Formats: sequence, structure tokens, C-alpha cells
Amino acid sequence: MSGNRVAVVGAGMTKFVRRAQETAKELAWEAASKALESCEMTLDDIDAVVIGTAPEAFDGVHMNSEYLSDGCGGWGKPVIRGYVGGGTGVFSPIQGWYHVASGLFDTVLVVAEEKMSSCQPHPQGAFLTIFDNFIERPLEPNLLWIFALEMNAYMNRYGLSKRDIATVSVKNKRNAADHPAALLGDPNITVEDVLNSEVLAWPVQRLDVSPVTDGAVALVMCAEHVARRVTDKPIWVEGVGWSLDSAYWTNRDLSYPTYVEEAARMAYDMAGITEPRKQIHIAEPYDPFDYKELHHLEGLLLFDKGEAPRAAADGVTQRDGDLPVCPSGGLLGVGNPIAAAGTMKVAEIFWQLRGEAGARQVPGKPKRGLAQAWGDLMQVGTVIILGA
Amino acid sequence: MKEHVYDTVYLRGKDFEEGNVLFETWDPNARYAWDTGVGMSRFLQELKAGRLVGAQCSGCCRVMVPPRMFCEHCFLPTDAFVPLQDTGTIVTFSLCYVTWDMIRIKEPQIPIVVAIDGASPGMGIMHLLGEIEPDAVKIGMRVQAVWKPAEERTASITDIAYFKPLEQGGSQ
Repeated sequence: MSGNRVAVVGAGMTKFVRRAQETAKELAWEAASKALESCEMTLDDIDAVVIGTAPEAFDGVHMNSEYLSDGCGGWGKPVIRGYVGGGTGVFSPIQGWYHVASGLFDTVLVVAEEKMSSCQPHPQGAFLTIFDNFIERPLEPNLLWIFALEMNAYMNRYGLSKRDIATVSVKNKRNAADHPAALLGDPNITVEDVLNSEVLAWPVQRLDVSPVTDGAVALVMCAEHVARRVTDKPIWVEGVGWSLDSAYWTNRDLSYPTYVEEAARMAYDMAGITEPRKQIHIAEPYDPFDYKELHHLEGLLLFDKGEAPRAAADGVTQRDGDLPVCPSGGLLGVGNPIAAAGTMKVAEIFWQLRGEAGARQVPGKPKRGLAQAWGDLMQVGTVIILGA
Repeated sequence: MKEHVYDTVYLRGKDFEEGNVLFETWDPNARYAWDTGVGMSRFLQELKAGRLVGAQCSGCCRVMVPPRMFCEHCFLPTDAFVPLQDTGTIVTFSLCYVTWDMIRIKEPQIPIVVAIDGASPGMGIMHLLGEIEPDAVKIGMRVQAVWKPAEERTASITDIAYFKPLEQGGSQ
């Protein structure tokens, strides 16, 4: 492990909703104040603030993190925003980690927020600017295309069926039924429901996709000497990693997320993990689409290439399976407010390792968990490993 | 952890339609004119002439499409533009039944990534497929560009109207 030891000591979040009455700044405050309250700290105890928020085009606010900063507790403090698209939600806690690991700060408040509902008629209008402005945008693409193209490449490479993949959506939406902040929890959903849902961009159907969501999540991270004072259950950051692939996405093998493997290897090396399949007890890989959970589990080296779907079908990734995956309910179930969604995953690992996940608690007292996010033009992997 | 979740207020679409909540609106006034750059200008110019070109790097020997001024692997300038064929192989495809703002369309659009013949393996571009029944599309299918008439070309990727299946026995 590089640098000083860093612990997560508090977490809080808003409910994830399709459309919140609260402004983006108000959502940020709701999550930040809940996180501070959870570890009995106040803003006076915080040295620096890290803000995570994804495309500002969603909000129509230039320099969105400066606008958000008051709600994030940034007034009069060193504030930074990192932005790697959908990968931001795990990257922000990584930034929180290096703020403290470097010795520069003792306490950091990490706040990730997304309000997607403001963008009319659909936030896709803002997303579309990710396509190459010379040779892709003139084709009038739809954001779903790139995911459908990647999903089909993955299915074709390993001969997977839609049924193999739909089990992920069912598991996550069922898990989310036990999450008090969830938008799309459903204890009764079945594989048939997913397979019979509206086809959007084949092979992507309505229930393969996570919803447009508003929400925020915050974490309190601090140095060991502070952590020992504020809690008897600190959760340590054991490893972090991130990697960015080329933006020439049509030149890549879309069936495997190499950048996720690179990020995972960096994090495993830092954490001294040599056998991730034995040493990682719970995983929260990024699941904006059901196939992405499987794709990412393979990139994280937790299953062989093309083998994650079978493991999912065999129940390995259920909450009571050998490797519980997305016990929170993930983006498919809890919701997908882009940057906040990844931080929700880190918060879930925090609560699981502390034994505070309530009805979602995985059995067997897990000691180490991993959260991963993904984004930009299908090109970034961000990974954090937490340990009790 | 229930106590760590703020009780955020959930609004419904109806709340807006019926004017039950207040909101402000704004339309951005932003127009862009992008210079097409060194690598892309040549690509677009060649499209107007009905040709595809790639760029070759002498460091890694890759023939890259879309062409670029520099090789992102070797971080060196590319050496030459090289002619490519207007045929290729479907790497992946989708059948898309919705517009970007989620309005349903009856006949699906068929976006593809097509690996272009003459470029290095796996070097593809995104385009659309036509002249085929949606259920007949397969990964690995051989396709060919359908060019717009010369007088209608504007040095744009849309100078290729779409790709269509290559006739049996077509060039490999």
C-alpha cells in the first residue's frame, strides 16, 4: 500500500429518484450532511472537499462543480473535481484517498451528485456530444448504439444468449428491493419479464438498462489517527486503480474491457492481492446494463473470459452465493445518477464490511470488497478495494 | 443504514404537465464550427472523391482508420495516407427501434462497426447498414459502401449513404 493509511468512516445518500424536487446543490447537501451525521462530524472537521459530477451538459450549468460546491461543503476549503464520465463515482473516492494518503489533508468529504432530469427532452441529448464530431455525429447516432454494439460483440464472442444475461437484471432489481434509497427495486421480477420487455436497440431491451436518475452520495474519508478517534469500525482503502483506453472505440475489441483489467491489476498490486477470486469477498462492478456486470467481472479477473454468465446462472453472484455481486441492487435496481451511482457502490461496500447493510447484508462477515465504475466512451475503468 | 438516506422529494411527470411544481427553462445558444484537422481533413476529402484512406505508422506498422496525424501507441507522426477498399466485415451491429429521445421507430436503424479491408485487423468505423432484412444481419458478414452520387457528396462521412451486403463471390 502506497502512502498513509486512509479510512472511510462515514457515508450518506439521497434517495435515488426519477426526478427530484431538489436542485443539484440541494441534493449534494442532503447526501453530504447525511454522511457527516453518520460519523458525528461537522463541516468544521473537514479539511478538503472532492466533488464528483458527470457531464455538465445535463445540468446546463458551466463549471458545475463550482456551482455545487456550497452544497458539497466546499465553502472556504480546497476543492477539486475529477471527471471521468461514468467512472467518476469511483474515481472521486480515489481522489479522496490520495488527498489523505499524500499527507496533505487529514479529513476529506467526497460528494458525488447527478441530476439528469433537468435535460430535456431526454439527457441523451447531452450524451450524444460524446460521439466523434466528424465521422459519428453526422450519422445522427443514438447513445444506446454503442452499448448495443458492445453487448452484441460480447454475446457473439462467447455464444451467449439474452437469457444468460437477463439473470443479472433480475438479481439486481430483486436485491434493490431491500435498499431504502432504490428507484427500481422489484422483489418479483423474472427473467421472462426482462426477455419480454420492449426492444430498444437489440440486443438491449428496456429491462436490460438502468434508469435516468437524480441523486447524490457522500463519503467521509480520513487519516488513521482521525479514524481511530471517530469510529471503532474504520473501513480501510487497500487499493486503488484506474486506466483509460483509446477514444478510437471502433478500433478496439469490444468483447473485453482491457482498461478494467489494467485498473484492477493496479488496485490488486497495491492491496497485495494475488488471488482476487479468493481474496475479494464482495464486488460491486458497474452495471448500467446487465451485460456490463458480467463484462466487468471478467475484466476484474474474478471470472475467466466468457465464464461470468454461467457463474451468474449458477447463483454464484447472488447475495448468499460464493461471490455476492451488487448486493446493493446496483445501477439496474437502485438507479443510475451517473457519478453518484459509482459512489453508491463504494458506500455499499462500506456498509457491508461494517455489517450495517440491513436486509441486504451478505452472510459470512465479508472482510474485503471491491467497487468498480466505467465510463467515458466505453474506455475508463476505476477500481477501489476496501477492507475491514 | 436507513438512517443515512435523506428523504428526497420524488416528483412525477404529471407534476410538470399539470403545473403543480415550479420550473425555469432555458435554451442554450451555442453553435460550433470545428476545424477538421490534419488526419481527418484528408479522410473527408477522399470521401468526397469516393475513396477510403487510412494512415500508416512506421513504428507499429498499423494501418489505421479513421486516419490520424499521430499514432497514439508510438506517439509519433504517422507516415503516409494509404488507400483502403470500400469493403469490410461487420464486427458488431445493433437493430435500433428508438430515436435518441426514445421515440419508437418502425423499421430499425442498423448501426454497425465495420472493419475496413486494407486497414489493420479490427480497425473499424461506425456506420449504418441497409438493403437487408433486419433478421438477416450477422456478425462476420461482408459488406460494401454505397456511395452517394458524386455531385451530392460534401466531404462528410454521409458521402457513404450506408453499407450493404457484399454480393456472393465479391472481393475478399
